Amino acid sequence: MATTTATPLDTEAEAKAAKKKEPKPSFNERWLDKKGWVRRFPLLPALVFTIILTQIPFVATLIISFMNWQANYPNEIAFGTLNNYITVFTDPALRSSVWFTIVLTVTVVIVSLALGLGISLLLNRSFFGRGIVRTFMITPFLIVPVAAALLWKHAIYNPVYGLLNGMLTLLGIEAQPDWITDFPRLAIEVQLIWYWTPFMTLILLAGLQSRPGDVLEAANVDGANSWQTFRFITMPHMRRYLELGGLLGSIYVIQTFDTVFVMTAGSLGTANLPFTVYETLYSAQDYGLASAQGVVVVIFSIAIATFLLRTVSTLFEES
Amino acid sequence: MTSALAPAPSKLAAERKKSAERGRRLGSRRGNVIAGIAAWAIGILFVFPVFFMVLTSLHSEPNASTNPPSFFAPLTLDGYREFFGASSGASPWPPLINSATASIISTILVILLAIPAAYALAVKPIKKWTDAMFFFLSTKMLPAVAGLLPLYIFAKYLGLLDNINYLLILYTAMNLPIAVWMMRSFLADIPVELFEAAAVDGAGLIRTLRSIIVPIISPGIAATALICFIFAWNELLLANTLTSVIAGTAPVFLTSFVTSQGLFLAKVCAAATVVSLPVIIAGFAAQDKLVQGLSLGAVK
Repeated sequence: MATTTATPLDTEAEAKAAKKKEPKPSFNERWLDKKGWVRRFPLLPALVFTIILTQIPFVATLIISFMNWQANYPNEIAFGTLNNYITVFTDPALRSSVWFTIVLTVTVVIVSLALGLGISLLLNRSFFGRGIVRTFMITPFLIVPVAAALLWKHAIYNPVYGLLNGMLTLLGIEAQPDWITDFPRLAIEVQLIWYWTPFMTLILLAGLQSRPGDVLEAANVDGANSWQTFRFITMPHMRRYLELGGLLGSIYVIQTFDTVFVMTAGSLGTANLPFTVYETLYSAQDYGLASAQGVVVVIFSIAIATFLLRTVSTLFEES
Repeated sequence: MTSALAPAPSKLAAERKKSAERGRRLGSRRGNVIAGIAAWAIGILFVFPVFFMVLTSLHSEPNASTNPPSFFAPLTLDGYREFFGASSGASPWPPLINSATASIISTILVILLAIPAAYALAVKPIKKWTDAMFFFLSTKMLPAVAGLLPLYIFAKYLGLLDNINYLLILYTAMNLPIAVWMMRSFLADIPVELFEAAAVDGAGLIRTLRSIIVPIISPGIAATALICFIFAWNELLLANTLTSVIAGTAPVFLTSFVTSQGLFLAKVCAAATVVSLPVIIAGFAAQDKLVQGLSLGAVK
C-alpha cells in the first residue's frame, strides 16, 4: 500500500528516531518531557469536553434504564428494576423494532456495498466524462437526509403524482401501487440504499486507486486475464476497504432516524430502535424504558464497533 | 510515510495517482467503452431524483403534480416564493439562521479543540496516544440515542430546551472525534524536521501552531471544517428532541412538510433544495477529502 497513512508503529519509530537525532535537547525541553504534562495539556480540553458530553450521559442512561421513571407518574420514581429490559425483549412491538433494525441495517449495508463495489470498478476505468459521472454519484449523499426522505416520500413514491407511478404511466402500465403503504420496509430500504451507495462507492474507489500499479502491470505481463486479476489481486486488496465500508455503514445505518420519521413515522412495522427510543421518550414519556432501549442500541453498536475498531487499526498499521 | 525522510505528501500523492493511472490503463479499450456506458447509465439513475427535485421546484404547483410528470413544463420561481412564505407567512429564515449558527459555531469550536488535541497525538505524542485516538473513535460509535434521554432531562430541568447554544455544544461533541482523527492524519504528514527546526529556534507550542502547523494544514482544516459543518447541518434527532419553536433548525422546519397539504410538491422540492444547498456547496468544496472525513481519516 502506497498510502500515506502513518501507522502507530511508524510514528513511534519516528519519535524515537527523532529523539536520537536531536543532538542535545535543551534543559527546558527535557524538563517538559519528563513532566509529560506539557504533552498532555493540548489534548485535555478536547478530552474533557468529550467525556462530559458523551460518557456521562451514557452512564446516566445506564442508571435510568434500571429505574421506574415515567414523567406522568412522578411519585412512582424508583431505582432497581429489570422491568424495562423485560419489556424491551417481550413487548411484541419492541421486538419487531429490534428485528427491523437488524433487517434494515443488514439489507442496506450489503446492497449498497455490492452496488458500490460494482460502480467503483466502473469508475476506476478511463472513459469519457468520468469526472462528471463521479460527481453524479456523490450528489445523493449531499442531500440533507430529511430533505432526501421528503423528496422520496412526496415526489417519488406518491401514488397519485409520484415519479415512479408517472414512469409506469409513460410505460403504459396501469397497475400503480401505493409504494409506501404497500411496501413500507422496501420503500425505506431503497431510499437508504440510494443515499448510502455513494458513500460505499467513494470508499471503495479510494481503495481501488490505492492498488499498487506495478503489481497490476506484472499480472498483466504474466498474462493474467481480468477475472484472475480481479480475483487474486483486487479482491484481497479490497477486503479491508469492504470491511471498513461495511462496518462504518452499519454504524451509521443502525442510527437511522430521519428516514423512518419522515416516510412512515414508524407505522406499518417500520419503527426501528432509534425511532422507538425517540417515541418512548417524547410521546410516552417513559424515561426508564427509553433508556433501556437506548442501552440495547448501544450493545448492538458495540458489537459492530469492536470489529470496526479492529479493521480501522489494521488499516492504520498497514502501509 | 514510513520515515521522517519520506517525500513530501504532494509528491507521494502524485506517485500514487500515477500508479492508479497505470492500473486503469490496463483495461482494454472496448472494455472501457462498455464500462463508460454502464457508468453513465448508473450515474444518471442515481442523480435523477436530485435532478427531478430541482426541476419540480421550478414548476408551478399544478404542473409539479401531474401523472405522467410534465418534464417540459414552463419554469417558475413560485415554489421558492411559497417556501419563503409568500402566502403562508411562515418564514424559513429563523430555522435557517439557527442551523447556520449551530453548524458554523460548533465547527469553529471543533477545530479549536481538535488542532491542539491532534498536536498532542501526532507531533509530540503523549505516551498512550493510540488509546486516546481509539477513545475518541469509540465515542463516535456511541449512537445519539445512548445519551439522548439524560441530555433531554438535563435540558428540561435547567431550562435549556429550545436553546440553540445547547444544541451547538452537543454538535461540537458529536463532531469532535471526526475532527481529531482527520487533523491527526494531516499533522502526521508534516515532516518532523520542521518541528525540530522550530524547536531549535525556540518556538513554543502556540508559536509552532501558528506559524508552522496552521499554514501547512490549512487545506486539511478547511476540509475538516466543511465535513463537520455538513454533519451538524444534517442532524435531526437531537434537534427534533431538544428544540422546537425558537431554536428549531432547518431539518426540524422541514419535518413540517411530512404530511401532504394539498398541492405543495413544488414547495416541498424548493424547500429540500434550499436546505440542501449549503451541504451541496460544502460537499463539492471538500470533494477530495470527503472520503477521508467520512472514514474518520482511515482512508485517504
